[in-house]
Amino acid sequence: MTSVETLSNGPLFGLPLPDLWFGLLFFIFGTFLFLDGFDFGVGALFATRDDDAEREQLLAAIGPFWDGNEVWLVVFGGALFAAFPSVYANLFSRHYLLMFAILGALILRGLAPEMYEQRHDERWQRWWGRAFVAGSLATPFFLGMFTANWLLGSTTLVTLPGVLVGLTVVALTVVDGVAFLRLKTRGDLRADLQSDGYRALAAYLVLVVLTLAGLYALAPGLQPVMRSPLVLGLVGLTLVFAAGYALATHADRYYAAFAAVAGLVFALVGVVARLLYPAIDPATGLTVETAVVPTLSLNLMSIGAALLLPLVFVYFIVLYSAFSGPIEAGEAY
Amino acid sequence: MVDPVIASRLQFALTTIVHIVFPVVSMGLAPFLVYFTWKDIRTGQPVYEQLRRFWTRIFAVSFVVGTVTGIVLEFEFGTNFAAFATTAGPLFGGPLAVEGMMAFMLEATFLGVFVFGRERVGDALYMVSAVAVGLGTWLSAVWILIANSWMQTPRGYEMVTQNGQQVVHLVDPVAAYLNPRFFWMFVHMQNAAVESVSLAMAGVAAYFVFRHHVWDRPVDHVSFWETTLKIALVGLLITAPLQVIHGDMYARHVYETQPQKFAAMEAVWETDSYVPEYLIAFPTSVQDVLDPRAKDIFGIGIPGGASWLASGGDPQATIRGLEEFEGPQPPVAIVFWSFRMMVALGFWFVTLAFWGGYRWFRGELFEDDLLHKALMGSAPLGVFAVELGWVVTEVGRQPWIIQGEMKTMQGVSPGLTGAEATATLAGFAVVYLGLLVLYGYVVTRIVRAGPPTGSELASVGAEADADATPSEVGADD
Repeated sequence: MTSVETLSNGPLFGLPLPDLWFGLLFFIFGTFLFLDGFDFGVGALFATRDDDAEREQLLAAIGPFWDGNEVWLVVFGGALFAAFPSVYANLFSRHYLLMFAILGALILRGLAPEMYEQRHDERWQRWWGRAFVAGSLATPFFLGMFTANWLLGSTTLVTLPGVLVGLTVVALTVVDGVAFLRLKTRGDLRADLQSDGYRALAAYLVLVVLTLAGLYALAPGLQPVMRSPLVLGLVGLTLVFAAGYALATHADRYYAAFAAVAGLVFALVGVVARLLYPAIDPATGLTVETAVVPTLSLNLMSIGAALLLPLVFVYFIVLYSAFSGPIEAGEAY
Repeated sequence: MVDPVIASRLQFALTTIVHIVFPVVSMGLAPFLVYFTWKDIRTGQPVYEQLRRFWTRIFAVSFVVGTVTGIVLEFEFGTNFAAFATTAGPLFGGPLAVEGMMAFMLEATFLGVFVFGRERVGDALYMVSAVAVGLGTWLSAVWILIANSWMQTPRGYEMVTQNGQQVVHLVDPVAAYLNPRFFWMFVHMQNAAVESVSLAMAGVAAYFVFRHHVWDRPVDHVSFWETTLKIALVGLLITAPLQVIHGDMYARHVYETQPQKFAAMEAVWETDSYVPEYLIAFPTSVQDVLDPRAKDIFGIGIPGGASWLASGGDPQATIRGLEEFEGPQPPVAIVFWSFRMMVALGFWFVTLAFWGGYRWFRGELFEDDLLHKALMGSAPLGVFAVELGWVVTEVGRQPWIIQGEMKTMQGVSPGLTGAEATATLAGFAVVYLGLLVLYGYVVTRIVRAGPPTGSELASVGAEADADATPSEVGADD
């Protein structure tokens, strides 16, 4: 088995695979947050609409997409398990109840739109509508809490930075939801959403500043990294993307606004990744190098990911181009 | 307060038992949906569009519930079985990651096209999306069963100490991932899924056909249900006999690779040769129900049958008894009775298939009341047999989480408290049973509403075309 021996001896092409997988993990998480983020945002905005036809449009907008978007979270879990199993185990078992809160919120959010459409009577739709809103707010909030606890190595469930980051992520998903809905709707609804977008963006920027200030004050260990050029650059980029989003929204450049949200999401995720590195689980002191799986497993997974991820992008291009442009009349969830 | 080990095991059992229902429906419906889509595109007959759209609704609901219950399972390895995740991760995590990237992605993205895109994409891409969804469901099973089969018959690895913990290192990927157990599990599981869906389809169709032909009550779309019944019977005729045949070969493989599990399946405590196979077994006392011992059970058995089955033809073959294995035993009663019931159901499904096939051949398919009653009563039994099969597989493996290498109790998260584990177990008991009730309710509603009618079929395309300027529609009405 010479091929197996080659694969066991050293990293493929001499690449820094542990670091690449660390980067890939956060890329996958960022993709999830951007794509499923607009589903969450649409869910939050659902609460602001009481017109049945408008609610139907909101659901129709995300109908074909949300399943695929959510799979990125499953892939994130799988990739973390496969590349850094001890981190997966420590992190998930340490945040036991928070993990189940996330799962519960995801169950509500996933189930609610499907159930909402199953019956067209008022009581049924009112309750599933509420479930949809609750799940869509709770999922990003808990995910933000989880991320903050992970970064700070916290073993307590509810922490102040956790709550702040949770709210930050919720605000970001609303900005995302607005940008997406303005692509997918027409007329009054599209015009109404503009101000929701500005408000959510303002809330996001305030929360980012508060969170960064809070982290700087509460976690002295992070101070040198927070002053590093990369982090400062990403924070600067956040301002640029925010300005870009506001300008594009004002000029009704829908795609540009949506792209600016992607920039906001990846800047945020980039900051988190940079603040962690080279540790991957500060609570246990595990680093990217010590937690990564042995060479053979890592090489095989890298081959798998290199072959499969481009294919996955093709699926998404097919999906999003099949349903490009505003939703048409008669398209229901 | 329940012990965290017991609570975690109960929780995993509960979440798996509920979750498995939905992948079975998805995997089983997949080939039917591909067929309906193909016929719909090729022939343009309304009945195939009805079939496609009706069963797609059920598929979509099953997929959603399957997704939300499945994410839980993936995360439970980290939350509740952290020690197992740390130890086995370098080998076991890979298939799960690939399942997400290769299979689940394919299924979830193309399901969007398949469910919402008939008016948006051309016939060719629509057909591709049907195949992609089906392929995705089946590939999911491939990777999940690769992971599971390694836990049953682990190979291709060595144990190494890393960061102070015993960790599995992958040495031979081919041996680890393509171990023979995977093959048997995959064949048996996929066929079971199609068989289960065939039974459910046949049962539902039989209800409407029976209502129409026997009760003479008004039934819409009689021909739709008659066609459904025939298609389901074809599915059953193909899958039911196969299930028994490879089930037998699978059992022989278990005898060779997991003798302790095999002994539990047959309740053989003392090593013996010429062991009978009990076709019908009655416990002679309550004690024997809970702790069955093949020797003490009154039954009608084929002498040497179990030995013959285990060895593939030698009635004198020795079966190692449970007493030969040190340490705790699997709960024999659960394994023994689950196995008995699963096998009995398997033969019952063969009977149903031939009975229905014979009546069809004679041109009397819609006239046999008893057949229709039997089909209705058997509608949920395919899924039930799958559950029993998984109980045999998973409970029969106990006390091992990785056969012969790591005990289940060693795999549980070390820091987990009884309070935490009990709280989530109680939560899941409520949520998951609620999910089952909700799913049953929604599917029943879909079935009651029946397939889309003639006017609905025509209107879908017309509506989209007629409203060329749809901007006002949404906002104002």
